Amino acid sequence: MPHDHHDHDHPHALLPPAPALRVRALETILTQKGLVDPAALDVIIDTYENKIGPRNGAHVVAKAWSDPAFIDALRADADAALLELGYYGRQGEHMVVVENTTDTHNIVVCTLCSCYPWPLLGIPPGWYKSDAYRARVVREPRAVLADFGVTLPADSSVRVWDSTAEVRYLVIPMRPEGTEGWSEAALMDLVTRDSMIGTGLAKVPA
Amino acid sequence: MTSAPEPVFEAPWHVQLFALTVHLNEAGHFVWGDWAERFGATLKQHGLAKELNGGEDYFAAWLETLETFLAEINMADPAAVEQMRARWEHAYLHTAHGAPVSLD
Repeated sequence: MPHDHHDHDHPHALLPPAPALRVRALETILTQKGLVDPAALDVIIDTYENKIGPRNGAHVVAKAWSDPAFIDALRADADAALLELGYYGRQGEHMVVVENTTDTHNIVVCTLCSCYPWPLLGIPPGWYKSDAYRARVVREPRAVLADFGVTLPADSSVRVWDSTAEVRYLVIPMRPEGTEGWSEAALMDLVTRDSMIGTGLAKVPA
Repeated sequence: MTSAPEPVFEAPWHVQLFALTVHLNEAGHFVWGDWAERFGATLKQHGLAKELNGGEDYFAAWLETLETFLAEINMADPAAVEQMRARWEHAYLHTAHGAPVSLD
C-alpha cells in the first residue's frame, strides 16, 4: 500500500472512502460551473434524512380509512388528493393507490431499479433495492410474503405492481378490525412502512 | 417485532450522491425517466456478476451511472473528475488531523 497509516495516530485528516471522494469531485466541479447550489443540496439532504418518511404515508392511509370522500378522491386522482395534504412527487411521477381487500393483496416492487414513493415513504429500505427482492417478488410473491411473516388465505389473490419512473404505488392495507371510531392519529400508529409496500399488514390493536 | 430504526442512509456519501442527483434533476438538467433507465441498466449489468444486496453496491452502481450520465450530457468530463478526485485526496493527506480539509 502506498500510504499505510494503520500503525500510527493519523497525522493527517482521515481519508474518506474512494467513492466519497468521487462524489466530492463531481459536486466540486458542478458547483464551480454554477450548476449546483450547495445550499440546495443541504436542503434536500435534510428533507430526506429528517422530514420525509413513512409517517406521511401512514397519514394518507389513516385518512383513507376514516374519510370516504378522501378515498374516493384518491381513487379518482391520487396526485390531486395528495397535493391537498401537501404531498407531491418532485420527480414528475404519478401516484396510484392500490387497496387491499379480503380477496386481493397488493405488493409493490421496482424491477428496473428502485422507484419508490419517496414523498410518502421516504427512502426505501435496503431489501427493497436488493436483487433478491426485485427478482423474487415477481416470480413467487407468496414465498416472499412468507419471509416477511405474512400468510394469506389460499383462495386470495396477490397482485404485484411494478413501479416505474412515471408511476409509483402506495398500498392501502386493510383496516384492522376493532378500530371503529378511532381517530386518524391513533390509526396512523397501526400503519407500518411495510404494510404500505405490501410486504406487511397493518398492526392489529393489542 | 420491533427493531432499532434503520438509518435512512448507511454512509454520508450515499446521501450526498442521492441529493446531488435529485438536485440536478430538479434543476432541469435531465428528466427522471432518463436517469432511471440508465440506472436500471447499470444495476442489471452489475447484477450479472453477483447478487446485489441493495446497500453499498446499490450506491456504487448509482455513482457509476451518474458519472457516465454527466459525461454523456457534457456536464462533467471524466478526466476532470478524476483530476478533482486526486486533488481532494491530496488535500486530505496533507491536512493536519482535525483541521478542516479544503482544496488549495
